[in-house]
Amino acid sequence: MNAALSWMKAYVPDLDVTAQEFTDAMTLSGSKVESYRCLDKNLEKIIVGQIMKIERHPNADKLIVCQVDIGEKTIQIVTGALNVKEGDKVPVVLDGGKVAGGHDGGPLPEDGIKIKKGKLRGIESDGMMCSIEELGSSRDMYPEAPEMGIYILPEDASVGADAVELLGLHDAVFEFEITSNRVDCYSVVGLAREAAATFRKEFHPPVVEPSGNGENIEDYVQVEVRDTDLCPRYCARVVKNIKLAPSPQWMQRRLAASGIRPINNIVDITNYVMEEYGQPMHAFDYDLLAGHKIIVKRAGDGDQFQTLDGQLRTMDHDVLMINDAEKEVGIAGIMGGENSKITDEIKTVVFEGACFDGTNIRLSAKRLGLRTEASGKYEKGLDPNTAFEAINRACQLVEELGAGEVVGGIIDIYSKKQEPVRVKFDADKINSLLGTQIPAEEMKGYFRMLDLGFDEDNQEVIAPTFRQDLHCLADLAEEVARFFGYDNIPTTLPSGEATTGKLSYKLRVEEIARDVAEFSGFSQSMTYSFESPKVFDKLLIPQNDKLRQAVPILNPLGEDFSIMRTLPLNGLLTSLSTNYNRRNKNVKLYELANIYLPKSLPLSELPDERIQLTLGLYGEGDFFTVKGVVEELFDKLGMAKRVHYQPDCDRPYLHPGRKADIVYEGMVVGYLGQIHPEVADNYKIGDRVYAAVLDMPKVIPFVDFDRKYTGIAKYPAVNRDISMVVPREILAGQIEDIIAQRGGKILESYKLFDLYEGSQILAGHKSLAYSITFRAKDHTLTDDEVSAAMKKILNGLEKMGIQLRA
Amino acid sequence: MKEQLERIKEEALRKIEASDALEKLNDIRVAYLGKKGELTSVLKSMKNVAPEERPKVGQMVNDARALIEAKLEETKAALARKAREEQLRREVIDVTLPAKKANIGHSHPNMVALKEVERIFVGMGYEVVEGPEVEYQDYNFTKLNIPPNHPARDEQDTFFINPEICLRSQTSPVQARTMEKGKLPIRMIAPGRVFRADEVDATHSPSFHQVEGLVIDKRITLADLKGTLAEFAREMFGEDSKVKFRPHHFPFTEPSAEMDVSCFKCGGKGCRFCKGSGWIEILGCGMVHPHVLEMCGIDPEQYTGFAFGVGLERIALLKYEIDDMRLLYENDIRFLKQF
Repeated sequence: MNAALSWMKAYVPDLDVTAQEFTDAMTLSGSKVESYRCLDKNLEKIIVGQIMKIERHPNADKLIVCQVDIGEKTIQIVTGALNVKEGDKVPVVLDGGKVAGGHDGGPLPEDGIKIKKGKLRGIESDGMMCSIEELGSSRDMYPEAPEMGIYILPEDASVGADAVELLGLHDAVFEFEITSNRVDCYSVVGLAREAAATFRKEFHPPVVEPSGNGENIEDYVQVEVRDTDLCPRYCARVVKNIKLAPSPQWMQRRLAASGIRPINNIVDITNYVMEEYGQPMHAFDYDLLAGHKIIVKRAGDGDQFQTLDGQLRTMDHDVLMINDAEKEVGIAGIMGGENSKITDEIKTVVFEGACFDGTNIRLSAKRLGLRTEASGKYEKGLDPNTAFEAINRACQLVEELGAGEVVGGIIDIYSKKQEPVRVKFDADKINSLLGTQIPAEEMKGYFRMLDLGFDEDNQEVIAPTFRQDLHCLADLAEEVARFFGYDNIPTTLPSGEATTGKLSYKLRVEEIARDVAEFSGFSQSMTYSFESPKVFDKLLIPQNDKLRQAVPILNPLGEDFSIMRTLPLNGLLTSLSTNYNRRNKNVKLYELANIYLPKSLPLSELPDERIQLTLGLYGEGDFFTVKGVVEELFDKLGMAKRVHYQPDCDRPYLHPGRKADIVYEGMVVGYLGQIHPEVADNYKIGDRVYAAVLDMPKVIPFVDFDRKYTGIAKYPAVNRDISMVVPREILAGQIEDIIAQRGGKILESYKLFDLYEGSQILAGHKSLAYSITFRAKDHTLTDDEVSAAMKKILNGLEKMGIQLRA
Repeated sequence: MKEQLERIKEEALRKIEASDALEKLNDIRVAYLGKKGELTSVLKSMKNVAPEERPKVGQMVNDARALIEAKLEETKAALARKAREEQLRREVIDVTLPAKKANIGHSHPNMVALKEVERIFVGMGYEVVEGPEVEYQDYNFTKLNIPPNHPARDEQDTFFINPEICLRSQTSPVQARTMEKGKLPIRMIAPGRVFRADEVDATHSPSFHQVEGLVIDKRITLADLKGTLAEFAREMFGEDSKVKFRPHHFPFTEPSAEMDVSCFKCGGKGCRFCKGSGWIEILGCGMVHPHVLEMCGIDPEQYTGFAFGVGLERIALLKYEIDDMRLLYENDIRFLKQF
């Protein structure tokens, strides 16, 4: 919403502030000023001069030499503009003054253009006569200005006076960010009311005088509202004997400052009232309304209608239409029809001031793909009482401007009267909500400034219908806070019962996971939760796989963001790919984020959101690097049991010979492996990629933060080494299972210290060597004890067909 | 005899003097003081000495022995010292050669900012909780005083799954979920992912993070809200940070405000970060709307509260001077390494 300071001042005459003061104070009272533009920026030493004499320039055909009376003296100005004549009054910038821009109307330089006296082709020039562009404005705002020439001031301008003042350029235009609850502030009157309250000045809203001749509108037009649910109020008035002409300068300037191009008096009046009251107005050509009738009703499904922009549009039953006796003539609140639009031939006009259901207008505009200035206002939900006031204001302006003859009377179909809301006032409660001690009388003073009524008997605030945002005491508290000043409210800390600050258990575990991943060299990545269904193909997921059962988004930004991910690999592989293709070497990334598994599709309840720790690397590191991070994490999480790795698992995105499920206490808690080379190709990664994924909800139940000290061993350990040749398909894990199960109580640890596969070994076999450590807590082990334990282990290994080497 | 002793002594001392290695010293010891050493043989020839002379000669031999031993020890120590010095000289390294780093990974800037926010609020007694990212519209909207057909539900802002379920467009539904649990008082923050239908560009992302805050107790005031958030700003942006509260509108708070913090780049003088205003918009906040309290089963006559929501990316971008939001989701290691 844009509004000029001068327009608001018209309703708050005592308002005397700079643009910056206005900006700061209005922002703090709740009408946020996003930016402002001072129209007199860089306009210095510009006064009214009168051209007394014009002579040809002796040395240049395209220049003239003017003698200009500037009051106390006459100065000589050389100019190339040829639209001036002797006797004209013009804006003159004196030596040492400034103008805002060049005569070409291009972008205004930040510091303006300094004007100095000097010689033009040998002839002294003491200043410059200005075009409207040089004054920083445009012909949009000053349509009477000549194209490419000096602006000619009115004949009654007084020589030597401030020309900037005369042109109304000592003004500023503000851009407001109005919050959606303050529909009333999408109008100059509403903003002026706020300004008056903010600066504690008198507010003088426009006074709407009765208008109209002795005739009766009922003799001209009939109105029928069939769908009153979508049109709570419809007002119509008729103006005949239209005399189209430009509107007066004051109106044109106010419209231009609001960003609206002046057109003619009738169009300008409707636009002016829309800005002033925030109420869109529509004008129909009376002679084009068949049967001189207006019927407001829903469109028929599939109706074709040509809007005044020439487009043919298809309606549906939820779009409200304005009809005459025979046909549709306008989409209510959105845009009029080609068939009833105002032309220069207009003789009689029907003004519409209506209130339509905001939600319906918003939804209709969206379905039709036609969002207009009017629909933008209506969709916020307008006050039906403003419609009545605005249409009368328009007719008053028609009379003031002599734009036509207003027919007496008004048609007003107001099916459900909007009543002011009454809110119980309780100063103590307001103070206890705000943490203040503001006297009740002071609060009531604020309400008065805002035109809120007050019922002393019942101690109730009466919110006028234009204030649709006031319903409860908290709303009143905000009004008090705004005008008491948020700045003046004390700052305290909550008292009351102390609470313990902490992370949830899940977040504590996640924090450890992040720490372990980072200490292991992995950096944290963040990727989107939604992705493309094509991801499943890239990851080689079979067609009927359950992972393809993803939650779809109804209105995605595109196919690439259309489903909620069911596995976390795509994000990580995409990030690794980005790095790889930017030639970053040795990249290790991890992500801790959710996947979304639907319990059923279509979704009837929320999906299962499962947080996944995903590790991935290329370059330095391998399978056992990511395996190491998994085990470091389990260690830190107090998961002391043996972790098992199950290579026989269904992970199509992993290398078939380099993959495993991670099994803890019989439960698959994740998987790891080398990414299948075909998948890596799909992601354009030309290197081996290793990844591990932990399904954290499965890990968390095993987490144990309890720690108990077990005593540092006092008695010596005994080491025994064994070396064996085993068939390749026997896994180290199976051998370790035997050692762990058969080592007995005295087994302390075991460690693989040699692994060899090659020519010296029987084909299809490998050689493994373990160092096994035994220790007792309470005595020095005897040879017999150790040998007994070793014998058990060796027996077990032999049963597996393992040959021990000497 | 005496001359012989003198000669042995002189000779031994000279040899010791000339020694440049520990082994040589040992040889000398054996040659003179050993069982078959020269001095020992002198002692052995004592039987040829007149008995009255013997003590005197014995003394002389002992003196010579002591002298040689002392000299041996002294020289040995000197050689050891020399050897240590030699070792130290040999072991000089170029301390400016590259360090061997463990190459620890880096946290995402969002996480760095979040940890900071969590640290501050946990210190003030807030619990960190979470809520679902795919959320019932009832929690995302209705219970936050955004009834059906409210423009805020418009498709342009929210991703929908079906008429009941959407991707949460804010962390505020966690407010409603926490209140519904009925455990009072409440002091919580809820960080998490949120989703809005914004095309990806330098300042927008369809997925970003917020941190919600909620305090519900008896006698909580707008003044408490101001005090708490001013404290947060000082901790987050520096001790000298000032805050400014501007009235605003959110459906689920009343009164509502936006909080600006004095620009932490220029200190409020005006620069490109604050677009010359000296202030940076940081968060939205307000007193929990009584209607919301009621819908979540809390008696607004008994309890009041405040709530706030901070955009994590906004803080990360401002604090770390990141000029393009897309960098946050590309995960280029050269970017991540800076945090």
